[in-house]
Amino acid sequence: MSVGASESATLGAMQVLGEVLDVQRSGNYFLMSVTAPGLAERARPGQFVTVGMGGEESSMVLRRSFAIQGVQVRGMYGGTLDFIVSPVGKGSQWLTKLRRHDPVNLVGPLGKPFTLPTKPVTCVLVGGGYGAAPLIMLAQALRERGCRVDSIIGASTEEKLYGSLDLKRVSTSLTLATEDGTAGIRGRVTDGLINTLDSSKVDVVYACGPMPMLASVAEECTTRKIFSQCSVEESMACGIGVCMTCVLPVIGEDGVTRMLRSCVEGPVFRGDRVRWADIGTIPEGTWGGEGPRS
Amino acid sequence: MTPTIISTVKPSPESTFDLRTHLGSLELSSPVLTASGCAAAGRELDNYFDITAIGGIVTKSIMLAPRSGRATPRMAETPSGMLNSIGLQGPGVESFLETDLAWLQQRGARTIVSIAGRTADEFGKVAAKLRVAGGFDAIEVNISCPNVEDSGQVFACRADISAQIIQTVRRNSDNKIPIFAKLSPDVTDIVEIATSVSQAGATGVSVINTLLGMVIDTQTMRPALAGVTGGLSGPAIRPIAVRCIWQIRSALPNLPIIGMGGVRTGQDALEMVLAGASAISVGTSIFNDPGAPMRIQRELEQELRNRGFESLTQAISFAHREVIEAVIEDEMGESKDESEQDWDFISE
Ligand SMILES: Cc1cc2nc3c(=O)[nH]c(=O)nc-3n(C[C@H](O)[C@H](O)[C@H](O)COP(=O)(O)OP(=O)(O)OC[C@H]3O[C@@H](n4cnc5c(N)ncnc54)[C@H](O)[C@@H]3O)c2cc1C
Ligand SMILES: Cc1cc2nc3c(=O)[nH]c(=O)nc-3n(C[C@H](O)[C@H](O)[C@H](O)COP(=O)(O)O)c2cc1C
Ligand code: FES
Repeated sequence: MSVGASESATLGAMQVLGEVLDVQRSGNYFLMSVTAPGLAERARPGQFVTVGMGGEESSMVLRRSFAIQGVQVRGMYGGTLDFIVSPVGKGSQWLTKLRRHDPVNLVGPLGKPFTLPTKPVTCVLVGGGYGAAPLIMLAQALRERGCRVDSIIGASTEEKLYGSLDLKRVSTSLTLATEDGTAGIRGRVTDGLINTLDSSKVDVVYACGPMPMLASVAEECTTRKIFSQCSVEESMACGIGVCMTCVLPVIGEDGVTRMLRSCVEGPVFRGDRVRWADIGTIPEGTWGGEGPRS
Repeated sequence: MTPTIISTVKPSPESTFDLRTHLGSLELSSPVLTASGCAAAGRELDNYFDITAIGGIVTKSIMLAPRSGRATPRMAETPSGMLNSIGLQGPGVESFLETDLAWLQQRGARTIVSIAGRTADEFGKVAAKLRVAGGFDAIEVNISCPNVEDSGQVFACRADISAQIIQTVRRNSDNKIPIFAKLSPDVTDIVEIATSVSQAGATGVSVINTLLGMVIDTQTMRPALAGVTGGLSGPAIRPIAVRCIWQIRSALPNLPIIGMGGVRTGQDALEMVLAGASAISVGTSIFNDPGAPMRIQRELEQELRNRGFESLTQAISFAHREVIEAVIEDEMGESKDESEQDWDFISE
């Protein structure tokens, strides 16, 4: 099976032609299980895969990225992995129409994973919509390290909540929040987060979800001097670091803002390093910038 | 179906097919290159295939100083293509030489360094720094970028300015270094530009760069790109690229051409070779398949074998033979058996 598959010890991403094992509906989303021998074994929480869209002759030339929700490394198929798809556009809708045994072209595991604590600390996981998916794999890894894991997931409405069953199983506690109150507390995940941060001692916050959610999670953590890691979702052309489409302004150790590639230098960034309010711009003073802009 | 790992990387050991190509004084073991801006400096791709096994790496256009590039969103998918507005984000030439070029050299990859500038003077300064550093095989001059001294007009749109840039780069480079001018298809007469850069000292031309395009997001009812307009690439532009290669080859039979624009398969690469390209760069297809350059090289070899060619060189400009035949037919008033005639042409 290892017909000349190319891999490097440092990066470890590879291209694999896998096969759909199962497509299951879950509220507004579809859970895809695919074989990914070799790839699944290397995946760590927070990493993603890209999937080729529409077959060989497709007019969709760009792959789409999906956060890895979990992997099974042993079993009759070799490595398999799960990811969740929200059918919002051409590519994602095509994907959810695939059936068992259909081929899927996968590249991964990509991106920097969440950094795991070396001690059994208290962690809060915050997920918005399908952003809860990678937190499932993360929660497992944290529990294996003896960490306390309080998960808070939210969405606009119950149909868009994802992962409550899985997260309940792997978390110490689980809080649900919907903006319309159809499930859990009425309000946003950040309301739940603020409660937790104010009522208990928290060491690390991990978050994945829409950018505005990440921005407020990061802000709440940073003002309280709590370490946060946020997994961002920027539009990506290559996913492997060669095109420079997926950049966002991030402050480095030296205090200088640089436009970093979220596919290789992310998607997980320290919440206090990303210039959330400036995403979509080249902020003044950015390394290589042209100074003040009109 | 058994899941298989694709993107085989090792060239088959029994491969004896002659894929060698010549771009002026530069000989490459294969015509397949990466397109500038679609392979960074090769490092990431080395993870998916052996970058020393293809013709070479054309690096992302490098400028004198670090550049942050444009605001995001920087891309939009289009039918069989995409728009990009990266704005030449990069670390600047000094850092490029220290890290990227040094790595490529140590890795043993053939390297064509793409350079860009905001003014003619900047192109010259970048070339001068490259000359001091050495350690690369050729320069590709990306003149399809905005000229700050000409109210942001793209250099490549004007024959005289294109020539001036090439002269400047030539003057600041080692005599032996081949220089390729990367042309924009967004011009009335690409042959005029190719002619003037050739006269200015370019070894050859790289065609084509992206075409200026625009997408409006019908949800937000605003331009999809922060930079409003962007460069169109991918299979959607391939017929335009083939046309440009054909026109330049017809007018300038001895000018080496690096062809690019939407090459996705070996057959697409062959099409450009038949039109007159001596090498082919693979760009957007890398985003779809990180192993694309290696796969395309393999497929091209097979396509050539299938048609009875014994080397790549035999196929370069082969599609132009009909024009020659037509002339012969007109003059002689007779026509020969077609396949025999093809063979005559090859063995010349
Ligand atoms: C790191 C990362 C992880 C992701 N994880 C998931 C996931 O777990 N589940 C899931 O359903 N989706 C995820 N996405 C979004 C997914 O990759 C697709 O972009 C989304 O499914 C829309 O694609 P489409 O073809 O249906 O839409 P189209 O509108 O046809 O997409 C057109 C283009 O815009 C890009 N685009 C559109 N929406 C987004 C978006 N929200 N973010 C980034 N690019 C976008 C697409 O990638 C594509 O290139 C993730 C994106 C990133 C960058
Ligand atoms: C994301 C992206 C970045 C690019 N950056 C550069 C660049 O820095 N310099 C350059 O000369 N061309 C650049 N190009 C143009 C390509 O090198 C190539 O000419 C063009 O995309 C057509 O080929 P393709 O359809 O195979 O991509 C870029 C193209 C893309 C898609
Ligand atoms: S998506 Fe291409 S560099 Fe990140």
